[in-house]
Amino acid sequence: MMSRAPFFFLVIVLVFLGSISTYFRHVEIGIPIIPGKQIETWQVEAKIEFIGTSAPINAKLTLPKDVNFELVDEFTASPAYGVSVIRNENQAEVNWNKRAVQGRQILYYQGTYKKVSNVETAPDYNTLPVADILEEPYESAANAFFQTAYAKSGNEESLITEILNRLDTKDQEITLLKSQFGKTELFVHFMHKARIPAKLVKGLVLEDGRRNQQLVPLVKVFINEKWHTINVESHVVGEVEQVLIWQQDSPALLDLEGGRQSRVSFSIAHSMKEALQDSVDSSNKDDILGFSMYQLPIEEQNVFKGILLLPIGALVVVFLRVLVGLKCSGTFMPILIATSFTQTNLLNGLMGFLLIVSLGLMIRSYLSRLNLLLVSRISAVVMVVIAIILISTVLAFRLGITDALTIAFFPMVIMAWTIERMSILWEEEGGSEVLIQGGGSLIVAIIAYLMMDNMLIRHWAFNFLGVHLIILAAILMMGQYTGYRLLELYRFRPMARKH
Amino acid sequence: MGIFNFANPFVLANRGVMGMNQRNFSYISRYNKRELYPNVDDKLKTKHLAIGNGIAVPELIGVVRFQHDVKKVFDLLKRHQGFCIKPAKGSGGKGILVILSTDEKGYKKASGDYVSKDEIIRHISNILAGLFSLGGASDVAVIEALIEFDPIFDGLSHEGVPDIRMIVFQGYPMMAMLRLATHASDGKANLHQGAVGVGINIATGKAKHAVQFDKPIKFHPDTEQPLDQVQITNWESLLRLSASCYEMSGLGYLGVDIVLDKTLGPLVLELNARPGLAIQIANGMGMLPRLKAIEALAKARGFKARPDVKQRVDYAKSQFND
Repeated sequence: MMSRAPFFFLVIVLVFLGSISTYFRHVEIGIPIIPGKQIETWQVEAKIEFIGTSAPINAKLTLPKDVNFELVDEFTASPAYGVSVIRNENQAEVNWNKRAVQGRQILYYQGTYKKVSNVETAPDYNTLPVADILEEPYESAANAFFQTAYAKSGNEESLITEILNRLDTKDQEITLLKSQFGKTELFVHFMHKARIPAKLVKGLVLEDGRRNQQLVPLVKVFINEKWHTINVESHVVGEVEQVLIWQQDSPALLDLEGGRQSRVSFSIAHSMKEALQDSVDSSNKDDILGFSMYQLPIEEQNVFKGILLLPIGALVVVFLRVLVGLKCSGTFMPILIATSFTQTNLLNGLMGFLLIVSLGLMIRSYLSRLNLLLVSRISAVVMVVIAIILISTVLAFRLGITDALTIAFFPMVIMAWTIERMSILWEEEGGSEVLIQGGGSLIVAIIAYLMMDNMLIRHWAFNFLGVHLIILAAILMMGQYTGYRLLELYRFRPMARKH
Repeated sequence: MGIFNFANPFVLANRGVMGMNQRNFSYISRYNKRELYPNVDDKLKTKHLAIGNGIAVPELIGVVRFQHDVKKVFDLLKRHQGFCIKPAKGSGGKGILVILSTDEKGYKKASGDYVSKDEIIRHISNILAGLFSLGGASDVAVIEALIEFDPIFDGLSHEGVPDIRMIVFQGYPMMAMLRLATHASDGKANLHQGAVGVGINIATGKAKHAVQFDKPIKFHPDTEQPLDQVQITNWESLLRLSASCYEMSGLGYLGVDIVLDKTLGPLVLELNARPGLAIQIANGMGMLPRLKAIEALAKARGFKARPDVKQRVDYAKSQFND
């Protein structure tokens, strides 16, 4: 006998490869384990308006670079402009170019972003910020203000709270300072005075359905080993609001040559997206797989969605035959019937199957009296099946039972062959054997259908091809099972009872 | 345990009962070479092999190979009162038509019903088209002479053919049963259809245990004859006949179906490369201990001197006496 070691090695390799591939696809590509998991995305539209001055236009819009958001999708709309998006480590911007533009112009940039949880890089501690020296009398006022706040605080956090609170008071110093500087500007200044890394950024507050929004000045502060976003105007500290940081370290939001009266405004829309679709989109973009089913046209993908369910059916058939011992006519007939059930749904499919087979058996019994040769009899049965399907579909349609229309999905030749086999079985072994074998086939088909129809299993079969290697390993293992089948325990029960 | 009443698998294993998976994996696929299957799956081939090996089989009346020859069958049948038409590649007894006698009303079946010439033509056409063969491959119809059953089975088999199924492992006759048709089985000898299975002692040819529908019985359900009195005549020659089917077919795990003819003695009806497991129920014992004993024997012998038919039969008679 052949050594079993290579066999078990093969099984282990299959399971290993299957698990690795499944793990990789889940963790690296991010295909969700559970289908239908929704992720939040924000669709942000920047609208740029300006008036052309008959000169060549070069408009540069800085694009968001926020580590907490990932670009999913983007597009631009602009009448007859040359557009290019530049995205590298230092900058992200979109350029519009057009020669000789006159009159009012509107350009659009739309980006879809999803929230990701990345950790922002810590600032360089060697170059802690130093506050600029202000002109007098502002410098003295600022110093006095800072000393008071500093004296009243214990640590960085309480210092920030103290400064934020005092910025809203009507103190002399603060009134003086506010006459010259913005609140946010002052806050950054005081942070630098306290040698806390802080920078001024501009972000978009994400709220569904908002239109004509402007960027909000915000401060990013690094305390407790983390960057915090602070909206000085509204006193909100941390990630209380959803904010997409649009501008940081870069001087201008819009850099326009050849136009005047420019204005940028934003519209925001919130939407949910299938996590699966999202990871597929991003894997397509990066082409991590090199070979990917998702790149096929949708129609072919759907064909594969069906084909990749067949191994599930095969697994069920192997299990029910080898481990349970159910009798069914033919190995793959139940799988094919189950496949048609997935097109028709169970109840319709079952009724359709029983209708076709029982009507077919009746007509077949007439055909048997005609003394036909087998081949022409089978062909006649095929045509009878077609007729039954056609008539019942038309009838159902006239009666308004649209559910029954799906009966047309049954594989004709399989049905004809089933009818022929059942009919012979009936003549030779009687109706009870027809019930046993036909019933067995139907039970197997129904169980296979229930498995193949399961959302989770469908999702796994198509999106995690590694699962099929594991199924193959399971089928191979079952092929080695030499124990009793479940129904044999029933069949051999007199043997266990004796002496 | 309620309606299901399953057997404890450990008890079954302890009694040496072999299951279908083990049969397929450990015996059929290991001892039966695929290329030898046609020797038994094609009954015409089996017949020619048997004749070549001097193994007694029912007389071959003729073969119908082509559709246009179907009508010529009646010329062949003229000289015979009773005959049997079967597909060469049929399985599980499918497509076998037995005609006991011919009279002015037509062809009389074992059940007493008559069939017409047209029905015989249609039956042969079906055989040729492959209706009964595995996978629907086209086939030929084999017509053989009817066996005149040995009167020892009179009153034992109802409306049908009694036959003896012998499991031959590595050439050793190992377990046997007599299959008797009943009214419930509609003249067929298949146990799952209600035929009576009578376990036979390999050493003596005497009945030891009988079942119908898996339940032990003492009397034939239709004829009320006691089943424990059955003694198969010519047992020794029957053992040798089945043992010699090993050399002829080359199959290590083999089912041999034998009928007893009144004048010709035991005849091999057909061979089976995948014999069923019901024989264990008929014998009231599992077959694994015997299979293992023979495997151990072959191992100890070291595959050198191959024992001949007589040695194998003697071994079986001495070891499998219960």
